[in-house]
Amino acid sequence: MVDIHFVRKSMIEEQEPPAATTGVAGWIRENLFSSPLNAVLSILSIGFIVYVLSALLPWAISPTWAATSLGECREILAGHEGACWGVIRERWLQLLFGFYPKELYWRVVLDFALLIVAVAPVLFTGLPRKMLYFSAIYPFLMPWLLWGGSVWNPIAAALGFVLGYFAHKLAKPALGGLAAVILAFVVPIIWWMVLSGPVVDALGSVLPLAMETVQSRNFGGFMLSITIGVVAIAISLPIGILLALGRQSNLFIVRSLSVGFIEFIRGVPLITLLFVASTLLNIFMPPGTDFDIILRVIIMVTLFASAYMAEVVRGGLAALPKGQYEAADALGLDFWMSQRLIIMPQALKISIPGIVSTFIGVFKDTTLVSIIGLLDPIGLSTSIRADQAWNGVVWELYGFIALMFFIFCFSMSRYSMFLERKLQTGHR
Amino acid sequence: MTSLTDPPKESFRLGMLIYDTRYRSLTIQVVALIGFMIFAAWLINNTLYNLAEQGKNVAFGFLSDPAGYDINQRLLDYNSQSTHWRAAFIGLLNTLLVAFLGCVTATIIGVFVGVLRLSNNWLIARLMTVYVEMFRNVPVLLWIVFTMAIMIETLPAPRDFRGESPDASMVLFDSVAFTNRGVYIPEALFSNGLGDLAVLPDRESAACQPGEDGAVSDACGVFQISLDLLLIVVVLGGSLFVSGLIRKRADRIQNDTGERPTTWYLRLGVVLVPTIAVLAVLGFHLGYPELKGFNFQGGTYLRNSLIALWLALSLYTAAFIAEIVRAGILAISSGQTEAAAALGLRSNRIMSLVILPQALRVIIPPLISNYLNLTKNSSLAIAVGYMDITGTLGGITMNQTGRELECVLLLMLVYLTISLSISAVMNWYNDRVKLVER
Amino acid sequence: MNKTVFVGVVALAGMSASVAAAGLVDEVKTRGKLNCGVATGVPGFAAPDANGEWQGFDVAVCRAVAAAVLDDPTAVEFVPTTGKTRFTALASGEIDMLARNTTWTFSRDVDLKFDFVGVNYYDGQGFLVRKDLGVSSAKELDGATICIQTGTTTELNLADFFRINNMSYEPVPIETNAEGQQQYLAGACDSYTTDASGLAATRATFEDAAEHVILPEIISKEPLGPLVRHGDNEWADVVRWTLNALIAAEELGVTSANVAELAAAPGNNPEINRLLGTEGTLGEMLGLPADWAVKAISVAGNYGEIFEKNIGETTPIGLARGLNAQWTSGGLLYAPPFR
Repeated sequence: MVDIHFVRKSMIEEQEPPAATTGVAGWIRENLFSSPLNAVLSILSIGFIVYVLSALLPWAISPTWAATSLGECREILAGHEGACWGVIRERWLQLLFGFYPKELYWRVVLDFALLIVAVAPVLFTGLPRKMLYFSAIYPFLMPWLLWGGSVWNPIAAALGFVLGYFAHKLAKPALGGLAAVILAFVVPIIWWMVLSGPVVDALGSVLPLAMETVQSRNFGGFMLSITIGVVAIAISLPIGILLALGRQSNLFIVRSLSVGFIEFIRGVPLITLLFVASTLLNIFMPPGTDFDIILRVIIMVTLFASAYMAEVVRGGLAALPKGQYEAADALGLDFWMSQRLIIMPQALKISIPGIVSTFIGVFKDTTLVSIIGLLDPIGLSTSIRADQAWNGVVWELYGFIALMFFIFCFSMSRYSMFLERKLQTGHR
Repeated sequence: MTSLTDPPKESFRLGMLIYDTRYRSLTIQVVALIGFMIFAAWLINNTLYNLAEQGKNVAFGFLSDPAGYDINQRLLDYNSQSTHWRAAFIGLLNTLLVAFLGCVTATIIGVFVGVLRLSNNWLIARLMTVYVEMFRNVPVLLWIVFTMAIMIETLPAPRDFRGESPDASMVLFDSVAFTNRGVYIPEALFSNGLGDLAVLPDRESAACQPGEDGAVSDACGVFQISLDLLLIVVVLGGSLFVSGLIRKRADRIQNDTGERPTTWYLRLGVVLVPTIAVLAVLGFHLGYPELKGFNFQGGTYLRNSLIALWLALSLYTAAFIAEIVRAGILAISSGQTEAAAALGLRSNRIMSLVILPQALRVIIPPLISNYLNLTKNSSLAIAVGYMDITGTLGGITMNQTGRELECVLLLMLVYLTISLSISAVMNWYNDRVKLVER
Repeated sequence: MNKTVFVGVVALAGMSASVAAAGLVDEVKTRGKLNCGVATGVPGFAAPDANGEWQGFDVAVCRAVAAAVLDDPTAVEFVPTTGKTRFTALASGEIDMLARNTTWTFSRDVDLKFDFVGVNYYDGQGFLVRKDLGVSSAKELDGATICIQTGTTTELNLADFFRINNMSYEPVPIETNAEGQQQYLAGACDSYTTDASGLAATRATFEDAAEHVILPEIISKEPLGPLVRHGDNEWADVVRWTLNALIAAEELGVTSANVAELAAAPGNNPEINRLLGTEGTLGEMLGLPADWAVKAISVAGNYGEIFEKNIGETTPIGLARGLNAQWTSGGLLYAPPFR
């Protein structure tokens, strides 16, 4: 009996996968039409996209860039539907810089460019650590560039911190820890409140290094939004850290005060705080104090941001493993040293995405200042529409403002997501 | 052998307040408290002094004066002769209304979008991503203004419904009218209605004297409850309770015998029959909106300010909720899905029975804070002229009376109360969900 | 210790308050800038142009005061205010004067503690409707939807008007004029109500202005004018008489074209001489230089010229003088004599 076995000696040629599962067709089939429901959804979405684009594109592509008034736009369009982009061409600088003097625009641009340089070493760990020195100088540089005035003002302000540091350092061996801490607070306050004014005047008369002063009333547009957002976030960070520590503290009164403040601020809408800024804050201050409205708004937005910042930092603190606290205690570090050397560096690093999203939130919320009459982009759009030439323009202005906000916020949120991914691998 | 004795009692020295950790915390707290009190006293002192300078005082009496202005959307009776209190209360109800509607829709849209973002349909997932990013990265104020502008510009004006061949017509068998003043939908009417019940009426007041038809005016009492509505709610509640009992019985039988009796028709009947009977007795019919004079008359009128605010707040918040839902779903390990699939569950049941209940625990806390945000953002109603409490108490009342301090304080108090109540309720719910956790 | 802090603060407060009370005229002079509250944007009355320069009828009053006090019409900080923030801005001292079409009412003058120094525009609340609505009187607006700017006296007037005439209406509150215009044009409201001047200004910008009419009923008196805080009479006098100088200049025929010539030497009209400081010491009495009125008038001319340039019939806004004509031509403008 002959036993015949059929054995293949060579492999058959690899075949192309069926046409319907590869290439464009395959991709479409897998991703768009994998089931009847998906097919229906896909067709609906395509219809929706086509509908929106067919309405939007002909409107947006409109030869009205050169128009100088809405009437002229209507003439150019001759009855067709279309955007009137002339308003953006004429007013885009105003929407960006408000009423800041034209010849000084470079200061604003430089300021925000330096902001990126100052924040970069915090956000991107790959950069040289020496850049952090610039980050420390920047908070004093920034207001000077924006508001102008004598160069001695920011230097005097910075000097207060230096004095405090040295007071602490010199007093500690001589007078002991507690006195040193008290001195570290008292000396700078005396310096700022009493001495710095005359010293700045004296130095100014000897060496008058000053830039043209710009009143904060001239701030407007996106520059105002960014200024309010950046200043509020920068100041709210230390306040937020203190509040978060206060909230975690086991000292009952300190904790209640912190919780009370945080919950109060988080419980009321920002608009009510802005009402306080516009109508009440000067009443709360000693008679004769006259903060201008932008300063008052910055104060209230800072308080607002602090409460949210406190919660973000608290989240960072809670995310740290308990062992870190215990290890710090075991090393015999006191509270402030363990916070400064062990807890905060880690907690803040975890909190950066949260801080960035708080910033995005605050930045978006600055649009509310238009309700109390400040000329932020939305407020300016009202003023522009009150101009005879542009009375009746709606979509172009709102569209431009929305687009600008989107660009700012979207890029920041992408960064924060990138950071989150990076931190996830490092800290789990 | 040495015997342990108590260490010698240290006498208290002043320095121990600072250097002894037992007392130091006390010292710090006392210092903090004194500092806080001085600060508060300083603020109050300044305020009183400045107000006296301006010739003002702090008094809330003005709230009992007639408001003098009209409010378009009023859930309770109000006219321009009502007090500022009443105006504030009307505003508060409007705030609560839009906040409630907004939270419900935002949750529904948010869950949908969050789930769809994980869809394997590439186009849908991308479209949802575009939606989420678009709404999250543009200020809500802009969205509110935008939505309002779209409603005003794209929908037809009531006059377009007029004439022989109108430019616009009502939809759904001539029962719903979309106009740029808002949407008119049919309203429920009762031909044998039971009338209204005045709550806390002041029998002496003129408003409470029965008129020619024997009914008292709308202005009687603090507010009035429709007895018809009350009856329907009671009947419906009772029916649902009975239906619940039937379900429990079915559960018990299933536990005992392993077979579940078919009860759906019974339960449906228990709910529907009494309700329909009550509706029939009350003479339920729909009142349709009709174009009369300048506007549509009859029907329920949803003003465009309400719709714009509601829509914008919902869409904006839903974008955040979608991200929360997505993160919550992704937080559930894929083993859960696989295990559920191994049990033979279909994919939509996996989602509703296995994934979402677990994801809920991750979702609820950030969801609460988004509800709070929505409620607080509803104060932007002022931008579209929706008369919420910021529009009445913090808007016109504050303007007309010049009592900024009192109005802002009251306004903050109201919002704080709302916020704290929402967190309390939601935290309570959160705790309940947590108990289920292993 | 607590008490001493209090006493200290109060003492300090008293001191600074008394310093402030020393006089806004001097304070403005030392500051070198006039802080003037204006509207955030009302066509013809106050709006910033593309260069950020504020233009308008109300703005001109601020510039005239700045010129009179500081000899520099550009030495003005314009503080945009909303209906909500304007009074607190003035009460808190953030602005020295408010020129933001504000109606002079009893409660604002007495209860809110302001001084209205005069009237620069006599206005009244009117209704704007489409012609094809077929309405010829405001009394036919029963059941209409009416757009109304909040934060003003208009909403109270409206409520009163409809209540008196026993009609119902649907108020649509709006924040800004631009928004009101948008809603009205789209037909979201049947009628738009605000001061008649604002209505005319708004109507002027319509594509089809002829399709819209302002109803004949004017339902309220709205004397609009600049105002200052109670209590500083010297400052109130400066603002009041600068406004009066502009009005009197028109009556006396002093214009931006001839003011320099007339002020060069005393002429034969003694009132003009006193106004322009070539005779008498009116400027000194105000604590200003003798030619204060010359400076105020040189900025943009007399009242009539300012009116014509910003809101008059040759501008797109196209308001007729009407009540705002001089008393000699049948209007209500009546500057007290300069003597």
